[in-house]
Amino acid sequence: MATFGNLTDRLTETFKKLRGKGKLSPADVDGTVREIRRALLDADVALDVVKEFTGKVRERALGDEVNKALNPAQQVVQIVNEELIGILGGEQRRLEFAKNPPTVIMLAGLQGAGKTTLAGKLAKWLASENHTPMLVAADLQRPNAVTQLQVVGEQAGVKVFAPEPGNGVGDPVRVAKDAVKFAQDKQYDIVIIDTAGRLGVDAEMMKQASDIRKATAPDEVLFVIDAMIGQDAVATAKAFQDGVDFTGVVLTKLDGDARGGAALSVASVTGRPIMFASTGEGLGDFEPFYPDRMASRILDLGDILTLIEQAQKAIDEEEALKVAEKFATDTFTLEDFLAQMQQLKNMGSIKGMLGMLPGAKGMRQQLDNFDEREITRTEAIIQSMTPSERRQPKLLNGSRRLRIAKGSGTTVTDVNQLVTRFEQAAKMMKTVAKGGMPQIPGMGPMPGGRMKQQAKKGKKGSRSGNPAKRAAEEAALAAGIQPGGAGAGGAGFGLGGAAKQGGPSEEELAALQKFLGR
Amino acid sequence: MAERTPWSLTGALRGMFAKPTIDDNTWEDLEDALITADFGPDVTDGVIEDLREKVDRYRTTDPADLKRMLRESLEERLSKLDPTLRLSDRPAVVLVVGVNGVGKTTTIGKFAKFLRNFDRSVVVGAADTFRAAAVEQLATWAERAGADIVRPQQQGQDPASVAFQTVDKAKREGIDIVIIDTAGRLQTKSGLMDELSKIRRVVEKQSDIAEVLLVLDATTGQNGLAQAEAFIEHAGVTGLVLTKLDGSAKGGFVLAVQEKTGIPIKLIGQGEGIGDLTGFTPHVFVQNLVG
Repeated sequence: MATFGNLTDRLTETFKKLRGKGKLSPADVDGTVREIRRALLDADVALDVVKEFTGKVRERALGDEVNKALNPAQQVVQIVNEELIGILGGEQRRLEFAKNPPTVIMLAGLQGAGKTTLAGKLAKWLASENHTPMLVAADLQRPNAVTQLQVVGEQAGVKVFAPEPGNGVGDPVRVAKDAVKFAQDKQYDIVIIDTAGRLGVDAEMMKQASDIRKATAPDEVLFVIDAMIGQDAVATAKAFQDGVDFTGVVLTKLDGDARGGAALSVASVTGRPIMFASTGEGLGDFEPFYPDRMASRILDLGDILTLIEQAQKAIDEEEALKVAEKFATDTFTLEDFLAQMQQLKNMGSIKGMLGMLPGAKGMRQQLDNFDEREITRTEAIIQSMTPSERRQPKLLNGSRRLRIAKGSGTTVTDVNQLVTRFEQAAKMMKTVAKGGMPQIPGMGPMPGGRMKQQAKKGKKGSRSGNPAKRAAEEAALAAGIQPGGAGAGGAGFGLGGAAKQGGPSEEELAALQKFLGR
Repeated sequence: MAERTPWSLTGALRGMFAKPTIDDNTWEDLEDALITADFGPDVTDGVIEDLREKVDRYRTTDPADLKRMLRESLEERLSKLDPTLRLSDRPAVVLVVGVNGVGKTTTIGKFAKFLRNFDRSVVVGAADTFRAAAVEQLATWAERAGADIVRPQQQGQDPASVAFQTVDKAKREGIDIVIIDTAGRLQTKSGLMDELSKIRRVVEKQSDIAEVLLVLDATTGQNGLAQAEAFIEHAGVTGLVLTKLDGSAKGGFVLAVQEKTGIPIKLIGQGEGIGDLTGFTPHVFVQNLVG
C-alpha cells in the first residue's frame, strides 16, 4: 500500500529536527545530509546515486538560496523534493506505438521479477484502451511458465500465442518471430513477448534476449524490476542495458513495504524512464508511473493525482453532486451512505486509496489493520434495514437493532457502532458542507472537474500550519498540482473514515482536520 | 562489475587491499563495498567500527591484516547460530514460505532432490493454489527430483487443506519428509499472512512442524528484514534460505536478518540446476564473499 512509506517516515523525522530552526548552520546541513544519506541507503537507493544526491542537496542547502530564505527548513524540503524528482526521472513517458501495427513490446528482467504476471496486466490494460493485444510465450525455460501465461491470458481475456510447450523445449527466438507474423496476419495490433527471466551475469541467456530483440525489432523493450531489489539493481540494470538495451522500466511489487529506492536509481543510472508501476496481485493492479507524483509521495504530500484519477474512473459525477447536495440539506441517509460505500469499493482497495493521501502516513499502522471486509459487513447491516429505517435512522430502537443484527449476521454492538458512526459522519459533513470549509462542496468522493469550487479553496487558503507540509504544498503548486486536488483528497479521506468500521475514526477526523489546516 | 566478479566483493575490495597502508580512503572504500553488497547502513557501521578498533589494538597498517580481520569478523557474526536442519521427526514437515518471485518452488525442487540424494522419501504438497500454473511448475520439479506430489483437487482449493492432505498421505504411506509449497505473499498483506498461520495450525493438528523455511532472494535489499520479521511473526520461521546467489547480488542483508531475528541461514541456492542447493557454511560463504 503506502509505497515508499518508510522513506517518507525517515525524511519526515529528519525534517522535524530542522523545522524549529530559524537559520541553518553548516553543521545543521551536514547533520541533515547525513540523515538523508542514511535514509536513502536504508531505502536501497544505489550508493552512487545517494552520493550524487546528497552532494547536490548539500551544495544547494549551503548556498545563498537557503540562507536568504525566511524558513530554511522549508527550502531544504523543496530542494530535496526537486532533486528527488530529478532522480525519479523527471517527466512521465507513454508507450510508443508503431506506425504500422503490430507494435511489439518485449519484457525482460530477472527471475521472479514478475514478468509473466505483468504481461497479463499490460495486456488487460491495453485491451481496456481499445487495443487488441496478443501475449507470446517466449519463456521456454522455467517449468510451466507457458501454462502460467496461458492462464493469465485467459484471465485477461486476450489471445496467447504459445506454439511451444516450454520446459526447456523450443526456440524462443523463433517463437517471437513467428508471433509477429501471426499478429500481422490476424490483425492483433500489439504483441507482448514474455521472455525467460535471466541473471545479468548469464551471458548466454543475455544473448538469447538480444537475439529475440534483433529478430522482432520491438518498439518498446520494458525492463521489469522488483521494487524490493537492493544495491544490485544498478549492476543488473546496466547488464540488461548492455545486453538487451531497454526503452523503459516497470516497477513491480510496489504494494509491499519495500522502499523501492534502488529501482528508482535504475532510472537515473540508465537514463531510461520508469513507465509503469504494478501494485498488487490482481490483473487490474497496474498504473502508469508518475515521477513527480512519486516524489511528492516520498515527501508525504500524498499521491493525490493518482487518487483523483482513480476516483474519476469509478465515480459518477452527477451522483456525487447529488450527495454533496444532500449533505448540505441534511437529507443524507443510510441509503446514500451505502451507495457511496459501494462506489468506494469500485475504486479498488480502500487501503491503497488511503495510502495515497497526505498525512495518511501517521495512520499507516491503523491502515494495515483495516479489514476490507468490514465494508461488506457494513453493507450487510444496512441491507438488513427496511427502507424507512435507512431513511430515518432515528427509528432504530432496541428491537429493530436486534432484528437487523440477526438479519446481517452481526451483533447489536456492530449495528450500534455503525449508526453512531453514520451520525458522526453526517454531522461532520454537514457542518463542513454548510461552509465550514470551502472545498467541501467537492465532498463526495468525487474530486475532479469542479474547478470553480476548487479555486475558491485556493483563495481562502487552507495553508498548512506545518512548515514542512506547507512547503510541500507549495512545491506541489509549483509542480502544477491543482490545489483542489488536495481538498478533494481530503474529502475522499473523510469518507473513507466514515465508511470505516471498528477503526479509530476520531483520529482520522483529527488527521483530516490537521490536513485541512485547521 | 557484474560480469567480472559474480557474487563476490573481491572486485570492489581488490584496489583497497592492494594498497601499501590503511588510510582514510581504505575505510571509505570498505564502507562503500559493504553498502553495495546490501549489508545496510547499520551492519556496515557495526563492522567498520569493530574493524577500526581491532586495527587500533593490533597497531597494524597492512591492508592484508584488515582483509583477514574482515573475513574473521563476518565469519564470527555469521556462525553465531547453528545452521543444521532438523529433520529427525517422521514425517518431518517442512513449510516453505516467502514473498512472490523469490524462488520458493524452485527451492523446493532442489531441496527434494537434495533429500532424495540422501535416500529419504519425499512428498511435496502444492499448497500454492493461487498463482497461475504454480502446481504444474512444482509437479515438474517433483518429477525431476523423484518425489511424490499432492495436488489440490480443484482450482482455488484452500491451501491449508492441501497441506493437511499432504501430511496425511505421508503418515499413511510412511514417507520420511513432507515439503509444503505456499503461495508467495508480500508481508504487508495481513489477510494472506493470516492464511499462513492457518496452514500452520492445520498441519500442527497432525504432526509437529520440523522446519519453516523462509526463502529470501539475494537481490533483495533492506526490505529483506521487514520480510523476515513479518514471516517470523505469522509463520514461526526456523531457518532462512538464500536464493539467486549465482547473480551479481551479494545478499549482505541476510547478516542483518540473522542478527536481528536470531534465525539462522540454513540453505543457499546458487543456480538453476536441480543440484544447485547446498547447506550453509559460514566459512565458505565468507570465503566466497571476501575472497
